[in-house]
Amino acid sequence: MGKIVLENVTKSFGDTQVIPPLNLTIEDGEFAVFVGPSGCGKSTLLRLIAGLEDCTSGDVLINGDVVTQVSPSKRGLAMVFQTYALYPHMTVRKNIAFPMRMSGMSEAEQEKKIQAAAESLNLTDYLDRKPGQLSGGQRQRVAIGRAIVRDPKAFLFDEPLSNLDAALRVGMRLEISEMHARMGTTMIYVTHDQVEAMTMADKIVVLQAGVIEQVGSPLDLYHKPQNEFVAGFIGSPKMNLIKTDEAAKHNAATIGIRPEHLTVSTTDGAWKGTVGVAEHLGSDTFIHVHDTGLADMITVRISGDIAVKHGDRIFLTPEADQIHKFDANGLRI
Amino acid sequence: MAIVAQSSKYGQIGRTTLAWIVGLLFFFPIFWLVLTSFKTDADAVKPEFLLFFTPTLENYVNMTENYDYWRFARNSVITSVFATVFTLAVGIPCAYAMAFNPARRTKDVLMWMLSTKMLPAAGVLYPMTFLTKNILGIFDTHFLVIIVLSLINMPIVIWMLFTYFKEIPREIIEAGKMDGVNTWGEIREILIPLAWGGIASTALLCFIFCWNEAYWTVRLTTTDAATLSKLIEGNRAPEGLFFGRLSAVSAAAVGPIVVLGWFCQKQLVQGLTFGAVK
Ligand SMILES: Nc1ncnc2c1ncn2[C@@H]1O[C@H](COP(=O)(O)OP(=O)(O)OP(=O)(O)O)[C@@H](O)[C@H]1O
Ligand SMILES: [Mg+2]
Repeated sequence: MGKIVLENVTKSFGDTQVIPPLNLTIEDGEFAVFVGPSGCGKSTLLRLIAGLEDCTSGDVLINGDVVTQVSPSKRGLAMVFQTYALYPHMTVRKNIAFPMRMSGMSEAEQEKKIQAAAESLNLTDYLDRKPGQLSGGQRQRVAIGRAIVRDPKAFLFDEPLSNLDAALRVGMRLEISEMHARMGTTMIYVTHDQVEAMTMADKIVVLQAGVIEQVGSPLDLYHKPQNEFVAGFIGSPKMNLIKTDEAAKHNAATIGIRPEHLTVSTTDGAWKGTVGVAEHLGSDTFIHVHDTGLADMITVRISGDIAVKHGDRIFLTPEADQIHKFDANGLRI
Repeated sequence: MAIVAQSSKYGQIGRTTLAWIVGLLFFFPIFWLVLTSFKTDADAVKPEFLLFFTPTLENYVNMTENYDYWRFARNSVITSVFATVFTLAVGIPCAYAMAFNPARRTKDVLMWMLSTKMLPAAGVLYPMTFLTKNILGIFDTHFLVIIVLSLINMPIVIWMLFTYFKEIPREIIEAGKMDGVNTWGEIREILIPLAWGGIASTALLCFIFCWNEAYWTVRLTTTDAATLSKLIEGNRAPEGLFFGRLSAVSAAAVGPIVVLGWFCQKQLVQGLTFGAVK
């Protein structure tokens, strides 16, 4: 059981307020992902939930109990840090056993849980090594192992995979998703990575300067961004935002069209421009189009390969039902 | 190539020679002290017996039989050990709090602690003597010496520990909190094992400072709690200096600490350079 509620929580460091009053509910068993630009307060929010930072005002509730004044060690949450934060002087076995030993669990029970965790995380062969003798991926698995053995009310992850290489990241992403499906424990996950956010989350929380811009399922955010910020932030490559007369034609201050919702032609189309850089990924091609008179640059994503090169004349047509409209305040119409 | 190799070889020889000269220069007083301690008081001042003389153990025998060396030595051990333990017992939690839960004024507190070292000790000699002798009645007790030694060394010990603790990643301590340990658990299970090297060299240095302290130990004791510093001081007889005798006492006083320092060289270097040399 782990329902987490933030009620009018604020946080200031000295005179600077990094989190203005904020309300958020994370349901029991949910996988919530915090995303936002660097410095927007994702880690701070996570640390407020963990109790590693004190709220300047407002309350944190876990399963309906106010825990604002409760120390982190008594909140029953587990955290996985970006830097792994393993105890370097203890073996993997001792690292994993540590929270259980602190809670006074019997040796036999500890050993059973260590074996189970080691098995599910592929750590069985490494139990007697020190963290210094492990690779980054193995270290992060130990950190996860240390978190799962204590059956926390919720897991908190602060960019756990960002120190790993791309291939390992994909593997660990799946492992964490599977872990969530299997255990059904609430998880809060901070990331910079679009793909992690979109694939893992039940619910994405988009933050900017400590303010929640939108909360919703990944596809909600993708299809119905509530404002220009979310529209530009979710999706990769970024949505094209157009503010010229073209927007006025749609009775909006700004219109947005995702790169994958533009069709390309060399003969005719709604908008025309010249090809700048074309990035060929094999499965997809990203074309940066200039001189459209709509924006500095329009990005197009087409699947498969297309023979265009720098300086080619090109025509673009947006899919009519995929145009997002925003008013002068940047809010969705 | 050959020239470079040769000049660097000469440089090497030069540096080695220089290091030996400096080393011997620092070692010379100790050597001289030990040498003199084996001369009779009469021989000690005669230039013709500078290096060649008939060695005698008379001074050492005299010292242990007539001056009660072992009582002074025991007092030195008791006061230094307990003062070091007490200083660390207070210093570790203190440095821990400042390193991992700094408040707005933590830096100022650290500076203030250091500033207490700048107070001239002589300035408080009278109040200290009066207070301990006439009001508290703890003059010439182990308790007083331990407290005074602890307080003298507390600032430097806290500074050193603070510097070591700062090197421990904050997340590791935070991971401990998340894993359900309370503050004492963090200190016992995580902080002390991780900073063990730093704590050991701090303790060693603190012990040496306590052992060598002379200003207060000489002035706040007479017999019961008198340390080896007091024994040396006491052998400055009014009828003139008995160099042989004084040297033997001094050698026996610094001997244990020199031996200790010799065995713990590595920790000491690490301690004095705040871990800059790995
Ligand atoms: N201990 C602190 N003292 C002062 N300011 C802080 C402190 N911790 C964080 N901040 C400030 O609070 C803001 C939010 O920081 P936070 O670490 O939560 O950002 P973030 O969203 O996690 O960024 P990133 O994606 O780079 O990790 C930043 O502007 C940061 O400078
Ligand atoms: Mg962060």
